[in-house]
Amino acid sequence: MTILQAERLSISFGGVRAIDDVSLAVEPGLVFSIIGPNGAGKTTLFNVFSGLYVPHQGRVRFAGEDITGMSPHRLARRGLSRTFQNLQIFFRMTAVENVMVGRHRHEATGILSELLHLPAVARQNRRTREAARAALGRVGLKTEAERPAGSLPYGALKRLEIARALASEPMVLLLDEPAAGCNPVETQELEGVIRSIVKDGVTVVLVEHDMRLVMNISDRIHVLANGRTLAEGSAAEIRSNPAVVEAYLGVHGAHEAARAHG
Amino acid sequence: MRALVTHRLAALAPVAAIIVALPAFFPSAYYYRVAALVLIFALAAVGLNLLMGFAGQVSLGHAGFLGIGGYVVAIGPTYFALPSWLCIVGGAVVSGVVAFVVGRPILRLKGHYLAVATLGFGVLVAIVLTNEAAWTGGPDGMSVPRLVLFEWRVRGSDTWYWVAGASFLVGAVLALNLIDSPTGRALRAIHDSEIASSVLAIDVARKKLTVFVVSAVYASVAGSYLALFNGHVTPDIAGFLRSIELVAMVVLGGMGSIAGSLVGAAVIVVLPQTLTALHDYEHMVLGLLLMVFMIFLRRGVVPSLAALAGRPA
Repeated sequence: MTILQAERLSISFGGVRAIDDVSLAVEPGLVFSIIGPNGAGKTTLFNVFSGLYVPHQGRVRFAGEDITGMSPHRLARRGLSRTFQNLQIFFRMTAVENVMVGRHRHEATGILSELLHLPAVARQNRRTREAARAALGRVGLKTEAERPAGSLPYGALKRLEIARALASEPMVLLLDEPAAGCNPVETQELEGVIRSIVKDGVTVVLVEHDMRLVMNISDRIHVLANGRTLAEGSAAEIRSNPAVVEAYLGVHGAHEAARAHG
Repeated sequence: MRALVTHRLAALAPVAAIIVALPAFFPSAYYYRVAALVLIFALAAVGLNLLMGFAGQVSLGHAGFLGIGGYVVAIGPTYFALPSWLCIVGGAVVSGVVAFVVGRPILRLKGHYLAVATLGFGVLVAIVLTNEAAWTGGPDGMSVPRLVLFEWRVRGSDTWYWVAGASFLVGAVLALNLIDSPTGRALRAIHDSEIASSVLAIDVARKKLTVFVVSAVYASVAGSYLALFNGHVTPDIAGFLRSIELVAMVVLGGMGSIAGSLVGAAVIVVLPQTLTALHDYEHMVLGLLLMVFMIFLRRGVVPSLAALAGRPA
């Protein structure tokens, strides 16, 4: 049983193969990490999964359905949500409004009832706001709810994106480098947040450079290098894979990864 | 009490009070006329503000919809003996349909490309209105029969002041309602990040089209009022300059500020009237003043002053 599956995906930009014949299968309810050196194609793969890029070859399946080339908003409606490595925050809105946008999938919209602000719209607004505040609480941002997003520090914005994605109640959540720019304490908090998300039955696909976090939390790790699959396995298998150590982890990374459980 | 102060419509209360109280200070009917024009343009500006200030999509051709609204209330009663009020509604429907058809292909464009495409649309409408002389009277325009509501002939600047004032307030309430709804939040989200919006299940193209149609309907109703108020309409109503004026109203008053649209309309309509005393230097001073406004109140009059006063607009 897989919830998200890539079958022999390839995509190239200007003759350069960003992803080259990559296949992987994510099982539901687990943390599936994708690691690799910069330029390995990790974010490109996320962009294919979330419908922002259409692969030139291969298929993507989500919850048993072929979703290759499906537009992002349709995929989101089906329960696939994501965060971004380079923040994509709605800076002109408050923190809670950002997260309210995440509820869009669950909201009924109708231009006439919205223009007239019918009681149903007001009731729905209240429900949306409550759900958004709850999602902010899960990432520790409840007290910042009414602040303009533009005034929040970087670490808070990373968590705001997670809250926004969570608010959509996805089946699969793609997290693109959530720990980038976070200090060790924030990273540890992040680990707790991810664990709580998985506990709720959400499948998490993680792209991350912080090897401690990856090794601690991943049920399965897929290693990319130059757009191709280098290896896949459990944390222990990846840690001891000589090809991975050579291409990516290196001496420092292997050291860090080895200490992950220590 | 606090709920009352923070209510989404709270900002409109002082605006409504000003509209009601202002005529007490009018020394002559001429002031009613100018104020009515301000309110009519403010209605169009509120619609354009939904498109530009909230959804972040520019239109340099919105006077095209003023033109459609204006000519439907001229042609409908003249050639088909339709009641004028029905033609206001009919014009809005025609504008909405035209916006839907035109918007589908051009709203895929972004930034400068969208600006040029909408500009082309506005120019097209003005050319059609000028050339179809058999229906429109050509460049000289045509006269517009008076609006009659339940046997009440709507005429005179003071009457139009109240009609325009009430319509502006209704338009502002509808706009504020829309902003505080899922579609409104989606539009603001699209303004900041289309990519993030799309992965949060927002159909970006459809939402842009929705707000384009809504803003076209606002402009159309304002265009109908303009034609009925003046009793005459010429292709200038759909001209490029008119479109630019509408954009200037939105930007000057404040993108994303409904009250700002009224202020912007007031500045753009009233300034040229007060500057006529300067004769040859009128346009120079007007241009200079607009530049000074934008340099010192760069976010627009209302948001900039609100920020200075230390509270959100």
